[in-house]
Amino acid sequence: MATAAVTAERENYLNKEYGIRSWLLTTDHKRIALLYLASITFFFFIGGFFALLIRLELLTPAGDLVQADTYNKLFSMHGQVMIFFFLIPSIPAVLGNFLVPLMIGAKDLAFPRINLLSWYLYITAGLVYLHCIVMGGVDTGWTFYTPFSTAFSNTKVIEAGIAIFIAGFSSILTGLNFVVTIHRMRAPGMTWSRLPLFIWAHYATSIIQLLGTPVLAITLLLVVFERAFHLGIFDPTRGGDPLLFQHLFWFYSHPAVYIMILPSMGVVTEIIPCFARKRVFGYSAVALSSIAIAVFGFLVWAHHMFVAGISLYSAMIFSILSYMVAIPSAIKVFNWTATLYKGSISFSTPMLYAFGFIGLFTMGGLTGLFLAALGIDVHVTDTYFVVAHFHYIMVGGAVMGYLGGMHFWWPKISGRMYPEGWGRLAALIVFLGFNLTFFPQFVLGYLGMPRRYWQYPPEFQVLNVLSTAGSTILAVGYVLPMVYFLWSMRYGKIAPDNPWNAAGLEWKTTSPPPTFNFEEEPVVTWEAYNYDQLPEPQEVSLER
Amino acid sequence: MSEHIIPSKIYYAIWIGLMILTVVTAAVSFVDLGPFNTIVALLIATFKALLVVLFFMHVKYTSEKLTKMVIVSSLFWLLLLLFLSLADYSTRYGHS
Amino acid sequence: MSDSPIAVEQHEHRPELRHHFATVEQQRDSATLGMWLFLGTEIMFFGGMFCAYLIYRIWYYNEFAAGSRSLDIYLGTTNTIVLICSSLTVALSVRAAQLGKRGLVIILLILTLIFGLAFLGIKGVEWYDKYKEHHIPGSSFDAGDLVREYPQLHIDQSHEQIYFSLYFAMTGLHALHMIIGVGIFVYLLYHTWKGLYTPAYNTPIEIGGLYWHFVDIIWIYLFPLLYLIDRKPLR
Repeated sequence: MATAAVTAERENYLNKEYGIRSWLLTTDHKRIALLYLASITFFFFIGGFFALLIRLELLTPAGDLVQADTYNKLFSMHGQVMIFFFLIPSIPAVLGNFLVPLMIGAKDLAFPRINLLSWYLYITAGLVYLHCIVMGGVDTGWTFYTPFSTAFSNTKVIEAGIAIFIAGFSSILTGLNFVVTIHRMRAPGMTWSRLPLFIWAHYATSIIQLLGTPVLAITLLLVVFERAFHLGIFDPTRGGDPLLFQHLFWFYSHPAVYIMILPSMGVVTEIIPCFARKRVFGYSAVALSSIAIAVFGFLVWAHHMFVAGISLYSAMIFSILSYMVAIPSAIKVFNWTATLYKGSISFSTPMLYAFGFIGLFTMGGLTGLFLAALGIDVHVTDTYFVVAHFHYIMVGGAVMGYLGGMHFWWPKISGRMYPEGWGRLAALIVFLGFNLTFFPQFVLGYLGMPRRYWQYPPEFQVLNVLSTAGSTILAVGYVLPMVYFLWSMRYGKIAPDNPWNAAGLEWKTTSPPPTFNFEEEPVVTWEAYNYDQLPEPQEVSLER
Repeated sequence: MSEHIIPSKIYYAIWIGLMILTVVTAAVSFVDLGPFNTIVALLIATFKALLVVLFFMHVKYTSEKLTKMVIVSSLFWLLLLLFLSLADYSTRYGHS
Repeated sequence: MSDSPIAVEQHEHRPELRHHFATVEQQRDSATLGMWLFLGTEIMFFGGMFCAYLIYRIWYYNEFAAGSRSLDIYLGTTNTIVLICSSLTVALSVRAAQLGKRGLVIILLILTLIFGLAFLGIKGVEWYDKYKEHHIPGSSFDAGDLVREYPQLHIDQSHEQIYFSLYFAMTGLHALHMIIGVGIFVYLLYHTWKGLYTPAYNTPIEIGGLYWHFVDIIWIYLFPLLYLIDRKPLR
């Protein structure tokens, strides 16, 4: 404990410089990660606020809380905010930015100034989108389908499109930075096969960001032009094809879901070996499956269009491809399970989130296969079945992975321990709240309740009430970590360099790290996840 | 990456080649080759692009395999977009 | 490697070496990889429009052919040649920088800028012609002249507008990239004049050159796709 006290006084990236300019003009990847943390948390609240309003409206079958047009805006903006301003940046821009250089033994990312530019682009995009909300919002669905978005909607489509266009560039630059960093900046001895699988996951994510996001950018640009200049590219009355928009949109937006889930899988792959005290089972399989997900993820986009009017022949092709893309994800689940087998398991907060991830992601993923079957999709597409499916993956999967990662690396980031008891409690509340919110939605969808509807037949009310009740519990579960993380920065126990006795270069430097990450450049001579060589950690204490 | 200083006459030769191909492709468009007009035009364009990539952008002289990977992957992804979209369009009824 | 003798020496004597890189080679390799990756994203960015072009050219071949004929092939060919000349001057300027010939670099960069601005000027002339012909998409679009000129093609004006929408979107986006390229090369010219670049350090010119060549390649494809769709003698 004496060393821990000294650690807190040592110069680190947090206390090196004070003042707002040292934060707003920083090029330190760790500070930029915290800038992102604050920003995405803010947008998480905005998106969550829209979600709460949606669930409140759906407490009763009648449309009695808001008008139908308003409801359209609520679900549209909930989706856009959560996807573009929370989920896509979340793990890469916060945990990735913080950890990628540390994990590979580098002093910073390859392009620190571009990293800062990336944040400023995100902020600019966020401000434009906030302005859009204030000026009335957008009601096209998060998907901007034409010709409604280009010719009929009376809302701020152009502004929303421009905001997301700018956010896309932020995402592209982050991906570019990571790929160059991982190729060029690894410490001596850090070969590709010794990289933490978190790095492999972010490498795969970055490839998707680089190759997919530009297509979204040009598509949104075309929508903006069409709406501004009345062009007709997507207008069926003038020879345009609305499906062309959908093809271009989903070419990005399907791989985008892999941008959202791969980093989370990377987090889980770091947590599980640590709290099972075992090497990852099948390192190569996990690494290659990340790349496989990135590649196959680009081959399946038209499964969002099965009933939109594409040819049956192409629907069959995309259906088969959608089954194939499940395989690498399944490989990961097998490997996590095999890692746990005969491990020495401790149920710390990060581990609880990792367990939650495995179960809920598996459910979400499997229901994706239901949707990939053409016959089933005809019945459940555009119902709450789809809504439940993607929330199981995005919230039950991605967000739980994000929270697990935040807890796992919080000591490294802040130099403080969060209160373990509260951490476990919050994880349980999140898990219970999540399932109560979204499991009823599978049933609702199967029974036929359409998505994006502001009123529904009375026989669906009980399930909707359960879902809304769950959402309030879920909200409590989300607020708790925000409170105790902030609390811990002042009152939390001082964290040692490696509170979990985890493997990985980031744990070989101080908590928090110095500005240039390592006192001396590391030289790596060991394989990844060398838990057989690391001592057992002390019992993860419940005391505050 | 090694500093390959390419003799300037190679650049001039490529330049001449590109100019000739430009005039050729413009002239050929006036000749009726049926469906081959498009193919010839694209082949010439691709050959011109290759000259620029290999010589002006030094890809022929680099030992860095990653550069070629990036180029090939990007082109492959573009073709993915084009051809998988065509899988839908070419098998619809109505429009040919 | 950061603490190796080479690295320490470079950090002391190479002012362009940024602190998070161990050696100038690492910095240069990172910069070029970064630029190539960025160009990869640009391929996908333009690629979305190539996809739209592909679909609509198949659907509306006649309108695309008519629209293509209404473009001035001489201006288009000239512009292609102008860009090719600019790529030559760019390639030669990178070579001159590698050889430390500052004066030659400056001349070649100025020539590049002249070619670039000439391209933009000619493009402006072409667009103005389209404006006069009422071929700019929007409320004043009128392709009646093409309907009358090519009765055998049975042109549908709204399909014709799709061709011109893509024409302006693609050439417009390309022109925007040219303008950015001109800006980049003004920046490079300024720093060359200031003596910042040496045979040991000319990475900005190298990666600026990569960008410029890429914009040239986009035009190499746009030219046949937009201007040369069908200029066969009409029956």
